[in-house]
Amino acid sequence: METLEHLRNRLAIAFPRSEVVIVNNPSPSAQHSLLISADHARVIARHLRDEADLQLDYCSNVTGIDWPEKEIIETIKPAQTDPAGGAALGTEQKIKRLQPGYLEVVYHLYSMALGHGPVILRLRTINRADRVELPSLTPVWRSCEFQEREIFDLFGVVFADHPDLRRILMWDEFKDHPMRKDYVEPDDYEWEPTPHGPVLAKAKVHYAALTPVAAAAPGTAPASGSAPAPMSAPGPIASPAGGPAIALPLAVETPPITKAPATAQSPTLNPAAPSAAPRP
Amino acid sequence: MNELTPPSFNPPSGAQVRAVHDAFHGDLLEVSMGPHHPSTHGVFRMMVTLDGETIVKLKPVFGYLHRNHEKLGENTTYLSSMPYTDRLDYLNSMTNNWAYALAVEKLAGQSVPERAEYLRVILAELTRLLNHTCLAGFLLQDCGASGTPLMYAFREREKILDLFEALSGSRMMCNYQRFGGCRVDPSPEWLTAAQSLTDGYGRFLDEYESLITQNEILMARTQGVGVLSPALAVSAGVTGPMLRATGVNYDLRKVDAYGFYPRFPFRVPLGDHGDTYDRYMIRILEMRESITILQQAFRTLPSGPIIDPKAKLRGFRPKPGEAYGRIEGPKGEIGFYLISDGSPNPYRYRVRPPSLVNLTILEDLCLGQTLADAVIILGSIDIVLGEVDR
Repeated sequence: METLEHLRNRLAIAFPRSEVVIVNNPSPSAQHSLLISADHARVIARHLRDEADLQLDYCSNVTGIDWPEKEIIETIKPAQTDPAGGAALGTEQKIKRLQPGYLEVVYHLYSMALGHGPVILRLRTINRADRVELPSLTPVWRSCEFQEREIFDLFGVVFADHPDLRRILMWDEFKDHPMRKDYVEPDDYEWEPTPHGPVLAKAKVHYAALTPVAAAAPGTAPASGSAPAPMSAPGPIASPAGGPAIALPLAVETPPITKAPATAQSPTLNPAAPSAAPRP
Repeated sequence: MNELTPPSFNPPSGAQVRAVHDAFHGDLLEVSMGPHHPSTHGVFRMMVTLDGETIVKLKPVFGYLHRNHEKLGENTTYLSSMPYTDRLDYLNSMTNNWAYALAVEKLAGQSVPERAEYLRVILAELTRLLNHTCLAGFLLQDCGASGTPLMYAFREREKILDLFEALSGSRMMCNYQRFGGCRVDPSPEWLTAAQSLTDGYGRFLDEYESLITQNEILMARTQGVGVLSPALAVSAGVTGPMLRATGVNYDLRKVDAYGFYPRFPFRVPLGDHGDTYDRYMIRILEMRESITILQQAFRTLPSGPIIDPKAKLRGFRPKPGEAYGRIEGPKGEIGFYLISDGSPNPYRYRVRPPSLVNLTILEDLCLGQTLADAVIILGSIDIVLGEVDR
């Protein structure tokens, strides 16, 4: 196959309004790639597939890459020279520049008919936040169908004209894009809202109002009227004759105990106990 | 070439699409097959819409085994991703290792000594035997031949797994390849054992084929079922035995000539019909060719180091750049795309999973077939969910 420069020039002639840039790869693999503009991506893709001497009929691999915005420090030498004919004026200046972030999609193309490849195409979104739309190449190569869905799912690139753009690996209700570099894992993957959320919120308010009284006197009936009464009688009372302890039945009225000793453990259901409090 | 759009947007005409709610036909029935269904080979789910017994729509549902393998790869060093690749396609850890090692070697410009290349070929072909043997067993199991063919297949598979265990210490999670070579050198006893297994494997295939290949039920169940056209297969990126069953001659061992495959003459079997029977037959024939390659490799295995002495494993930091390396795995093209930013971890680590891409055409193959055929078609695609979901 011809070199990448030839291919670039051919595309520039065939699509004069498109922008095709060679992205150099400095690694020993020397797999350089073509950066093409999104608005011409599909016609260029179709051209690459249908030209008789290219026949890139097989799109092997589709990859999403996240490039967050980063600060670049550039060193700039002042251009003007000393009018007196001396050395250059001023010192080197370091300028901080914010390189905007973008999402990138890489397509590895091969030809099954002619056995050559890879030709690597790159597409870039305008930013990472709201302008993340790229043309889908699934109408050109069916093999992009699931791989583009995966990039939509994990990176958040929106492929225009994709026939079935849904999440593929994460569940449908999932909100974020886990393969982005700034993704933060939630504390609890399993948490999800239930219809009982309002009930639990009410209970939380209820327990919060209850806590000081219950902490002061565990096992006693709280003073506030809204709190529930203890559901069972206090603990067994020693008989005056020194015989065995008798557990009083529930119906028997017992004199209210105002100050229970701190060590007394009553079987009262204590809603303020920390173990009984629901997880928020 | 015409556009090959997904079937949901270009509904197929013919018998399988007909009016519902008419006097003769009842409603469509939607069935969720899986994720816990024995014939889905793992936790895979198919949402099947049935008209009677005929499939009119099929949507695969993925993600039940998703653990974001690629993110794990970005958060660990190059070397510590190697054992993770075992867990992709857990039947074929040796070829996963090789594909990853090849991509890293391309990225770093690392060379591999001769003996290691031979060992890689030997282990990859043993893996191919293992995978295709398993597939033949599973496929027959899916057809309803309960137990016996699968047990015959697993008997042979265990022999290969014993070899892997003796060599790498683990039956399935081998973690054997390294950047620039292999991890341990096989002993002469191991080589003798592997050679005798290879020499005897043809007899197992003869036995298996005499039981299965001409079996009338298998032929009735698989011939003409799930026909894949070559044009769709190429467009959908189908690779491996599935592609070659449609008659497209594309084998990366020949096309890319990676490793030392050009040194071993072998034939690439091709199918004619692209149906399930062809897919079964291609795998049997590929096993015969693998035996040929193995016998040549054992005969000519050179001595020498198994890893490049200049290879750096710990503290490995390739220069910035990127590389895509791919090999012909037993299931198809398995590739790794790596981007390095000069740090010990890859900036981007991408797996090109053959199982996932081969599933693209599942709906196309199943439309108009019965639900029982969908099970066989899925079995003949040969997926492993560890690789589909990653």
